Amino acid sequence: MRDAFVKVLTELASSHAEIMLLTGDLGFGVLNEFAARFPRQLVNVGVAEQNMAGLAAGLALEGRTVFTYSIGNFPTLRCLEQIRNDICYHEANVKVVSVGGGMSYGPVGMSHHATEDLAILRSLAGMEVYAPTDLWEAAEATRHLVKSRGPAYLRLDKSAAPPTKQEGERFQPGRIRVVREGVDATLVATGGIAGEAIKAADALAGQGIFCRVLSVCTVKPLDTETLKRAATETGGIVSIEEHTVEGGLGGAIAESLMEAGVAPEFFVRLGLRNTFSSVVGSQRYLRGVYQMDAPAIMKAVLKKLGMKAEVPA
Amino acid sequence: MSAAAVNSTRALAGRIRGHALRMTSLGGGSHIGAVFSCADLLAALYDGILRVDPAKPRDPARDRLVLSKGHAGAGLYAALADRGFFPVEQLWTHYQDGSDLSGHVSHALPGVEVSTGALGHGLSIAAGMALAGKLDGAGHRVFCLLSDGECDEGSTWEAALFAPHHGLSNLEAIVDYNRIQGIAPVAEVLELEPFADKWRAFGWSVREVDGHDHAAIHASCRALPFEAGKPSCLIAHTTKGKGVSFMENTVLWHYRTPRGAEFDAALEELEASENLEARP
Repeated sequence: MRDAFVKVLTELASSHAEIMLLTGDLGFGVLNEFAARFPRQLVNVGVAEQNMAGLAAGLALEGRTVFTYSIGNFPTLRCLEQIRNDICYHEANVKVVSVGGGMSYGPVGMSHHATEDLAILRSLAGMEVYAPTDLWEAAEATRHLVKSRGPAYLRLDKSAAPPTKQEGERFQPGRIRVVREGVDATLVATGGIAGEAIKAADALAGQGIFCRVLSVCTVKPLDTETLKRAATETGGIVSIEEHTVEGGLGGAIAESLMEAGVAPEFFVRLGLRNTFSSVVGSQRYLRGVYQMDAPAIMKAVLKKLGMKAEVPA
Repeated sequence: MSAAAVNSTRALAGRIRGHALRMTSLGGGSHIGAVFSCADLLAALYDGILRVDPAKPRDPARDRLVLSKGHAGAGLYAALADRGFFPVEQLWTHYQDGSDLSGHVSHALPGVEVSTGALGHGLSIAAGMALAGKLDGAGHRVFCLLSDGECDEGSTWEAALFAPHHGLSNLEAIVDYNRIQGIAPVAEVLELEPFADKWRAFGWSVREVDGHDHAAIHASCRALPFEAGKPSCLIAHTTKGKGVSFMENTVLWHYRTPRGAEFDAALEELEASENLEARP
């Protein structure tokens, strides 16, 4: 996803001279082409995320479209107050980009895992939140952010779901995409872990259980209408996120459906439950450990449907 | 600089203090000591140093001032109202229900570039503005007025590292060095000395000035940058609560609201020493 983001930004930087990319000393080898072609539009600000966010606000107030770029929590939580006060309160046109969403940096350790960012960033007034599920969404979300005005957060995952773009489909920010149809349950996922939801849906289909799969690229503003349909048309909702279940995608779905007065038959949030991702392992391994991979999703669905789990190992 | 020009700045400083005294007395939420320590700096900035036009507060060619010590908002509001950015009468709503004039400075007011209040934010924003100006080859300057207390913040020093590295010679940091922070003297809390050396070591061109000497402040900012290719840092030696004897150099008047007999005594002192306008 990182490469998709950099590719689009590099493609648009020449026709959008207002684009500035600030990196917190990350992106070795990845930003080379951008740096070589647009030296005036790239600044490596050093390992100084608070300054990066403040600089971004200042540049944006002078008319630039600023992307701040770093890993995990560094461009978000480390400089949260600058994002809140300097960027959001001033409606500054700054796009905060985090590579390594969720547990992308698996064995590197919890310091590099972003597992509260969706909840925290979406609580900021004026902040839009995007967590693409596949490479097409990552590219299109980037394209959208170059044109949109105001603060936004783009969470990029190391993993990506298999391509889900339909023939002739156009990216619509703010809309949840239906990537599998079904009526027995709905699997709602954000980020690359949507690939696990698709895998689970396909396996369940083999057992005659048909799940709708929703790809949530735009976490905020949330597409309540598509969720309401899922709640009323299917047997229940399972949210899947590589993130704490508190306040993230699952929390956002619960808020919006509760407020809309629409309750699904059942509702399960898969994600981290009041724990840090302290186990060492790859992203794939950790998804299993923390019960958010395809087998865990299948188990959750089958249990709610009152069926004995027949989950392939 | 002519005597008339110095007198004009002195008179503005007096009005800033008088306005701020009334504002904080009416609404409470005082940081009057911190306002008074930078009142002369603000007066000099808005009486000759800053190229700003109240009729065109968003003019791209204007000089920018980021008040990083947002708690001195009352002083900036007073200066801006006096210069005609908004009506002086609006000052009397300060800190009260429904007002635009929050205790910490708000960009809801014309002439205020950014809202601040959380310390250690302003220099980064100002550096971003200066970087944009430099990339655009623009002629305006970016000023940032900091408190000494916010030089405790790591983020201030992140920005301090950045600006010289990028040759932001269109940036001037002015530090209101009154040597008293929130609840105790700077020297007791976290010593900043050797303060000028720290800025120099980071790559800034540094000058020091008596922050209450209007002619000296003007003289120090006459030619910017201090040194080609470097950001400028003006360390202004000031007295917290300057202008009212019982407020000077006291920790108490960082937060205390001037009311009743204290308000009357303060106003009397200001009126005796400065060219104050009549009460509203």
